[in-house]
Amino acid sequence: MDQAVKKGATRRDFLYLTAGAMGAVGVGSAAWPLIDSMNPAADTLALGSTEVDISKVEVGSALTAVWRGSPLFIRHRTPDEIKSVRNMDWQSLRDAQSDEDRTLKAEWIVIKGVCTHLGCIPLGQKAGDPRGEFNGWFCPCHGSQYDVSGRIRKGPAPLNMFVPPYKFVTDTLLHVGDGHEFPNPGF
Amino acid sequence: MSGPKEKDKFDNKTVQWINDRLPIFTMMGKEYGQFQVPKNFNYFWNFGAIAMIMLGIMIVTGVFMAMNYVPSATDAFASIQHTEREVNYGWLLRYMHMNGASFFFIAVYIHIFRGLYYGSYKKPRELVWIFGVLLMLLMMATAFLGYTLPWSQMSGWGATVITNLFSAIPLFGGGIVTWLWGGFSVGQPTLNRFYALHFLLPFIICAVVFIHVWALHVSGSNNPAGVEPKSGKDTVPFHPYYTAKDSFGTVVFMTIYFAVVFFAPLILANPDHFKPFNPLQTPPEIVPEWYFLPFYAMLRSFTVGIKILGVTLISAKQQGVAAMFGSILILFFLPWLDKSPVRSARFRPVFKWALRLLVLNMVMLTYAGGLPAAGMALVMGRVGAAYYYFFFLVLLPYLGKNEKTLPLPESISEDYAACHPVIGGAKKALLPLALGLTMALAPHHAQAAEGTPPLPKISWPEQGIFGHYDKAALQRGFQIYRQVCSNCHSMKYVYYRNLEELGYTPDQVKALAATYQITDGPNENGQMYQRPGRPTDRLKAPFANPEQARAALNGALPPDMSNLVNAREGGPDYIYAILTGYEPAPNGFDLMAGHMYNKYFPGHQIAMPQPLTAGQVQFEDGTPNSLDNEARDVAQFLDWASNPHMEQRKQMGLKVILFMLAFAGILLATKRKVWSDVT
Ligand code: FES
Repeated sequence: MDQAVKKGATRRDFLYLTAGAMGAVGVGSAAWPLIDSMNPAADTLALGSTEVDISKVEVGSALTAVWRGSPLFIRHRTPDEIKSVRNMDWQSLRDAQSDEDRTLKAEWIVIKGVCTHLGCIPLGQKAGDPRGEFNGWFCPCHGSQYDVSGRIRKGPAPLNMFVPPYKFVTDTLLHVGDGHEFPNPGF
Repeated sequence: MSGPKEKDKFDNKTVQWINDRLPIFTMMGKEYGQFQVPKNFNYFWNFGAIAMIMLGIMIVTGVFMAMNYVPSATDAFASIQHTEREVNYGWLLRYMHMNGASFFFIAVYIHIFRGLYYGSYKKPRELVWIFGVLLMLLMMATAFLGYTLPWSQMSGWGATVITNLFSAIPLFGGGIVTWLWGGFSVGQPTLNRFYALHFLLPFIICAVVFIHVWALHVSGSNNPAGVEPKSGKDTVPFHPYYTAKDSFGTVVFMTIYFAVVFFAPLILANPDHFKPFNPLQTPPEIVPEWYFLPFYAMLRSFTVGIKILGVTLISAKQQGVAAMFGSILILFFLPWLDKSPVRSARFRPVFKWALRLLVLNMVMLTYAGGLPAAGMALVMGRVGAAYYYFFFLVLLPYLGKNEKTLPLPESISEDYAACHPVIGGAKKALLPLALGLTMALAPHHAQAAEGTPPLPKISWPEQGIFGHYDKAALQRGFQIYRQVCSNCHSMKYVYYRNLEELGYTPDQVKALAATYQITDGPNENGQMYQRPGRPTDRLKAPFANPEQARAALNGALPPDMSNLVNAREGGPDYIYAILTGYEPAPNGFDLMAGHMYNKYFPGHQIAMPQPLTAGQVQFEDGTPNSLDNEARDVAQFLDWASNPHMEQRKQMGLKVILFMLAFAGILLATKRKVWSDVT
């Protein structure tokens, strides 16, 4: 008798628990489509890559293209600028990365022009823009300063500006969105 | 919920019938009719009711705004302009809604201060407090979501900055941000979902308000003495005593609110909120609405990451984000941080001053948050954040154990007798109200473009409560627009028919419109064609699209002028200043090619060649065409274009304010009469 009651109780508990767990799984799986529906839609994802003609960008000047709804900074660097970001102790930088790891060709730096602090667009592309102490880019929102390699040097931003995957189709045509993948620590 | 009870008896048969089936009248009677409330409330106790009314106003104006709003990245900005300009009383809806948010926050912040000052978070009201903090969080979320909807520069960039806060979360941060956006940057999917959530959250707020009030009605209200009622002599029924008092306080508060809505509707608004969102250009400064500034100041005040052995453990950004969210989360734990047995600050001499200091600290943080993030602003942010956390994490627990408190009154009646009549009560509540308003206004006046002289202050005929536009000047201003500005600048929200407001007859407007060739179509052959303009057309734009403008103008894009006055700090003064501010560049000033020197333009380099010179326009009415006159007229015309309903607004405002003052008088008399039997 006692045994039977106990057995009944265990069985009931088991059924209760199983039913509860299945309910939880059901609700959980129903929630996922809802949550995932908020991720980028297929057509948004499809617009992932773009081609940019850089034939008219002279040494020392810059071009801003659009990639995935954000500005893409392309700068044709002078020999001095290249020297300033290559001949230096990069290991001690906040987001330690060498310029070689961030470029395909020394003359061209290609980065997503979005400040890694809170997403503003740094200044420095146009002549006359403030470029900060490191002659790269200056974020007007909270004062982050980047060097000509797009590396964070001063201010609140934690990371270097993002280098998108890209490749040179010809010497003057860039394909951005796929191609060489750069190590972007922290992204 | 409980089983059948003995039934209440009502005289009215219908009431009885309903009540027997759904005892709503029983409940109302219990919760508001006989509900006993301490009789010694001061005016601070009005702000809960005021906040509730503001919530109602926000929902009602919001629903009607929604009837005209288009949640589209290309059309949202225009749909707000349409609401303001074309929809009947649309300007009123918008101004009530956007200023309503500020006044809602003023009321809620004072309400929270009251809770802190009189210890309303203490046992047994912990849950009342916790749901209150939750309400504040929900309000903040709703306000933020709503701020993105006009899809202005401030909307889009505010949304970018705030959503990016989540990227501080280790590992998942980036994914969460993309998920929030529904894309790779703030765009159409973001706007659409923010709209849906902005519509949804207020109803959740209503539900939480219900819980907040329910919990309050279980524990009963706290009071300025902070001692519990002991007998019937300590309390009065909520109705009519506090319905009368709350009504009076609410009407006074609303009078101030209406004064802002009708006479200074843009005083709290950032000019960048009137420029359409450009995802490729961040405005020089991103400033959130004033009610977020203290928290924003804390966010920005961390600039150095914590490193161990060269590896960044916690970045400056993570610290800032943690400090900001932490400052609100900490409030949830307040009932356990402060264990002092005495509730009211009146009997806690040290706590009282520490709390007042906290209020000043918040004002300082508000001010700092509105300044550019450098130098003093960062220092103030750090000091402010430090005191904030010190107050909650160190001072409160310490004082709770060690403070020498003053003797408490025997009972509420004794306290009431000692403090009554509390003439100071109203003044006391006015002080935080004034403080709230200064907090709201502080950042606005802190901003002035660096390196430019102060703008000349012109006295415009449209200024002041009784001011109105000078029609002759508007016509002259329009003439200048037509002959000069319209070569480069569009005015796409103004129609030819609107020009009748300048004093032109319908026939004149018709004739004028017909002088322009407008592209229309497609016709039955599928072709676009040209036809003479009609009064119902928008003012013809000089260029078909921005790219064409840039190609023709050396890369510069002249802004649309329909909204220009509202989109510039200083309004018409700024327009006048720019038009008269051209000068030869000082020696040594490095002017870029294709640019002119203008002493009032931020940075002094302006791409627009000097548009107006003395004698340039032959006024049709023979007014002398000095540069000064030309600049004034065109500035006034642009003010009209930005604020076409200004005169109607002020006239209506006068009536509303007079009505409210009379209403407040009657309510004050009612309140006195009701309270005359309380001793
Ligand atoms: S977003 Fe660039 S510094 Fe904050």
